[in-house]
Amino acid sequence: MLAEFLQYLFSGITTGAIYALVALGFTLVYNASHVINFAQGEFLMIGGMATVSLLALGIPLPLAIFMAILLAGILGILLQRLAIAPAKHADVITLIIITIGASIFLRGLAQLIWGKELHALPSFSSTESLHVGGAVMYTQSLWVLGIATVIVLALVVFFKYTLMGKAILATSMNKRAAQLVGIRIQWVLMIAFMLAATLGAVAGVAIAPISFTTYDIGIMLGLKGFVAAAIGGLGSGVGAVVGGLLLGIAETMTAGYISSEYKDAVAFLLILLILFFMPRGLFGSRVAERV
Amino acid sequence: MHGIFRLSMVWLVLVLGLWVPAQAAEPIKIGAFVSATGPAAFLGDPELKTLEMYVARINAAGGVLGRPLQLIHYDDGGNASEARNYASRLIRADRVDFIIGGSTTGTTMAAVPMIEQARIPFISMAGAIVITEPVKPWVFKTPQSDRMAAQRILADMQSRGITRVGLLSGTDGFGSSGRAQTLEVAGDFGIEIVADLTYGPQDTDMTAQLTRIRNTAGVEALLNFGFGQGPAIVTRNYAHLGMTLPFYQSHGVASDRFLELAGAAAEGIRLPASPLLVPDDLAEDDPQRPVVQAYKEAFEAQWNMRVSTFGGYAYDALMLAVKAIETAGTTEPGAVRDALEGIRGHVGVTGIYSFSPTDHMGLAVESFRILEVRDGRWVLID
Repeated sequence: MLAEFLQYLFSGITTGAIYALVALGFTLVYNASHVINFAQGEFLMIGGMATVSLLALGIPLPLAIFMAILLAGILGILLQRLAIAPAKHADVITLIIITIGASIFLRGLAQLIWGKELHALPSFSSTESLHVGGAVMYTQSLWVLGIATVIVLALVVFFKYTLMGKAILATSMNKRAAQLVGIRIQWVLMIAFMLAATLGAVAGVAIAPISFTTYDIGIMLGLKGFVAAAIGGLGSGVGAVVGGLLLGIAETMTAGYISSEYKDAVAFLLILLILFFMPRGLFGSRVAERV
Repeated sequence: MHGIFRLSMVWLVLVLGLWVPAQAAEPIKIGAFVSATGPAAFLGDPELKTLEMYVARINAAGGVLGRPLQLIHYDDGGNASEARNYASRLIRADRVDFIIGGSTTGTTMAAVPMIEQARIPFISMAGAIVITEPVKPWVFKTPQSDRMAAQRILADMQSRGITRVGLLSGTDGFGSSGRAQTLEVAGDFGIEIVADLTYGPQDTDMTAQLTRIRNTAGVEALLNFGFGQGPAIVTRNYAHLGMTLPFYQSHGVASDRFLELAGAAAEGIRLPASPLLVPDDLAEDDPQRPVVQAYKEAFEAQWNMRVSTFGGYAYDALMLAVKAIETAGTTEPGAVRDALEGIRGHVGVTGIYSFSPTDHMGLAVESFRILEVRDGRWVLID
């Protein structure tokens, strides 16, 4: 009984950690511009796929990962420069639609460059599974959780203690006022997109050994990550992680104890309930909406 | 004035030049609609490559009935309504003599009513049983149905004395159809499905479902009906949990790619597959051996990518079409259809086809070979 429960819990944590890591990527761009960057899932895919192909060229894993993340960062800058910046006077909804367009474009490009096949990435460390109380867990799950934790801490430090982070928050709160105190809005946005793309690529590389990677992996993971971010309260790093874990654990517990058929239904019911009673999510900021 | 005269002369020469050789040997038009891009591209891409390559080869060897083949193909992107539009264009605008196509069951079934109405012989490359059952006069298909895959797996289980099976399937079209067929025919083999679980096609972890199957009392084997990354993840999760039940996958993952993805975790898995995966394991006297080896070699040399079962369906469809036209001695649709229905013992890549008025798929359950993964490669078991 206990072993069974533990196994479901571990599986839930594995899935949840993946969602959490994806959700974190949404936080940055949202904080800077209140835009939900639907191309976030694509950066995930780029991170994973670029690592796979660099690895195939004979480049060692750590260097391949580094280069893939760098590539994603550059693409993030390009996305902001070429697609978001020209529409700087458009409202948030327009910008969100632009990111959807960008995601379709990036997916198409990836399909041309890398083809449509699935690819596997080796685990970062031992491929042996960990055994705890009769249940097993991937070592890679611990990597994903660890990376998520480090990113949350880094985000907290970034937004609370660095000038850049404060500038990003200031921009999100009031663009005009931020401009008046000398913050260059477009520059802030560019940094935010670059960091978000980098985060996405890190997530993509970390989860590829568990979930495999392919040109359209970003669609579903991006969506689930967004849901996790919404549960946790958009813009909150801690919220993204809690939301992701909650979603993952709810899914596997349902699959384990009720029925695998209702797995997604229960997850979405959870979202409805949370957003109904706490419209800003579990850890969302309590500021009043500007009218 | 002179300019206009000279221009019209040039025009006349050009038109005559184009028209005269065309008259000499009017091509036989083979129409095709496949899903060369989009979600079903892994089916349509090798299919189209196979068709293009073999039409060129047949033409280089003198064509069919002394006439060259002309391949007119469209990409439906996996979209059923597009498939319908292109089928309509093939029939009305291109006036083709034969249609091959429908990479998926959805695209095939969208085009079927129109093709039936136009009375043009048609071979589909999609799996589901609804395409040829009930029999439609003008519709044939080359792949085995998923029911036959289920029957082949269950028969192998039966021969190993397995009676209680845990079933895990994807909720996508392929998985849910396979699940339904398995549940339907399991009784015929004295097998009881004691656990029946599903997963979403994009899920990243199936350990919860596998744990439930493992904890089901009396379960003797595991069967996973699925497609894409799902079965690879299931395979990994299975090894990760240290499960030792005999493990069967479906023909949906019968590719070398699966071995690469699942790695060592795939060891010992059995599945039904096309002989295309084990060309060198086939017995010397196996009639399919030369056909399979020739197709594999030619495809891989031309396209520099690994051969796939799906391309094999297109190869069989094209060869059956050519054989029917040759037998009929004409491209008159009715005669070609009758000739196609009359084909017996045609050795293809997928299996040996014998059509009849009541069977427009033409393959026996045994055309699926049971393979097992040993030392990271496919080994022919049966």
